Amino acid sequence: MHARITMGNVTMQTLEASHLRRWMMLCAAAMTQQHEYLTQLDAAIGDADHGTNMMRGFSSIESRLEGLPATARPSEVLLMAGTALMGSVGGASGPLWGVALRRAGKVLEGLEQVSLEAFAGALKLGLEAVTELGAAELGEKTMVDALEPAVRALLEAAARGDDLAEAFAAAHQAAEAGARNTAPMVARKGRASYLGDRAIGHQDPGAVSTVFIFAAFERAWLEA
Amino acid sequence: MKRFINASEDSVLETLAGFAACHADLVAVRLASKVATRREALTAGKVGLVSGGGFGHEPTHFGFIGVGALDAACVGTVFSSPSVAQILEAIQSADAGAGVLLIVKNYAGDVMNFKVAAQETAVPLEVVLVSDDCSITPQPGAQGRRGMGATVLIHKLAGAMAQSGASLTEVARVARKVSACSRSYGVALESCVTPNTGKRIFDVASDEIEVGVGIHGERGVRREKFAPAKDLVALMLEPILMELNLQPGASVLVLVNGLGATPLAELYLVFNEVKIILEARGVGIARSLVGSFLTSLDMAGTSITVLSMDEELLRLWDAPVCTPVLRWGM
Repeated sequence: MHARITMGNVTMQTLEASHLRRWMMLCAAAMTQQHEYLTQLDAAIGDADHGTNMMRGFSSIESRLEGLPATARPSEVLLMAGTALMGSVGGASGPLWGVALRRAGKVLEGLEQVSLEAFAGALKLGLEAVTELGAAELGEKTMVDALEPAVRALLEAAARGDDLAEAFAAAHQAAEAGARNTAPMVARKGRASYLGDRAIGHQDPGAVSTVFIFAAFERAWLEA
Repeated sequence: MKRFINASEDSVLETLAGFAACHADLVAVRLASKVATRREALTAGKVGLVSGGGFGHEPTHFGFIGVGALDAACVGTVFSSPSVAQILEAIQSADAGAGVLLIVKNYAGDVMNFKVAAQETAVPLEVVLVSDDCSITPQPGAQGRRGMGATVLIHKLAGAMAQSGASLTEVARVARKVSACSRSYGVALESCVTPNTGKRIFDVASDEIEVGVGIHGERGVRREKFAPAKDLVALMLEPILMELNLQPGASVLVLVNGLGATPLAELYLVFNEVKIILEARGVGIARSLVGSFLTSLDMAGTSITVLSMDEELLRLWDAPVCTPVLRWGM
């Protein structure tokens, strides 16, 4: 049964810590399942380690979930996850997803239940942390090209008053379309930027793993 | 691919364990965190030098720890930057009360992890971003040039400056001067095999080479036809000399660096070609270094680094150094 907050006569679906825990576990499963594919994408325009990095990072989160008290709030799950990524991954994806989850976790501090609007707003701040640290903009063939449309889809869904299942399906689709759009791009950030036109025709591995993260969220909600 | 390896997931730690055992007199390696420090205790009031990066560049980074060079270093996994936590541990280990210089190669992952670590420590820091690879045309807002052989020279030269008791500002000034006055260019004949995939990152046809490569087994900026060594050296040296704008009478340090699978015999042959070209232009080679110092696992190829020298850099180069890789004057 999904949690709901009743405000006046409107009943709102909300996210709880258990959803975020499940999200992280499904991310870990997805990265483990897809690590060879991600590494293969990275071999084409990078250095063939994105899959192993993401798998290591999310496995580290998974193993730390057990140590988190059962009473941990949504913010604590996200802060732990961000810190775990920063401690275990290195590379570019570690600090980028690390700052994103930590920034998102900080603004949700104190909340037991998180509305779609609050969650979308927190991820928007996470996206800002990513663009600040990576100095990347849309269209530079990075994870931002998948993350930005996904966050925008969540914000729009929240504004429309969509239910969470619709919102996360929209975010997942937006990330997927964004990742597909990276294929014809010339990279301006990251290791693929050294290749110039030679990077054209390949999807950015960081954008593709971002799709897996949003796909995991859609499932985390549906399976709750 | 036949390689001296056991289980691929153990290869990084087993290499570091071997390094630790071999160089225990100079370097203390913490295998749990993949952070290493000098064996000797910190000298109070000396500026600390910290470097780090991915695994696969051996003998960089741990090989440059010691007197007159680095105080601490950390390595990540294969070709991946160390994590924020590792960098913080290295900074803490190198801090003797006079601040720490971070030597960071300009790669996205390294820059981000070092940046977040720098925001999270209370230790006074200076950061030098090494970006000496002139095969890349800088564009506004783009990632920019990679750090290559100048990293090795900064370990030595800024290390000598710190050892002399100079302030953090002065040590950082020397590091930035070396970064500004040096240029590198790399060429690969073959890609490398990463332990996690057991495969070459890419294939190069027998009559082709990758031009403008970095140190992570990645493709270069373009592919060209294979050619005699003198032509390949000219191809690498031309852009370097043009950017450094060296006049007749100029004095330089030349580093001919092997990328991992190129024998010393070929590297000396490359150095000879460098010497012929520089002599023809009236440029003197004041100091030189030939060997595999900053590698890309078993990539076959070489990078050439030229540093425009002055009195200060000559003095710092000749100053005593005692590390697993460089050892002279003491």
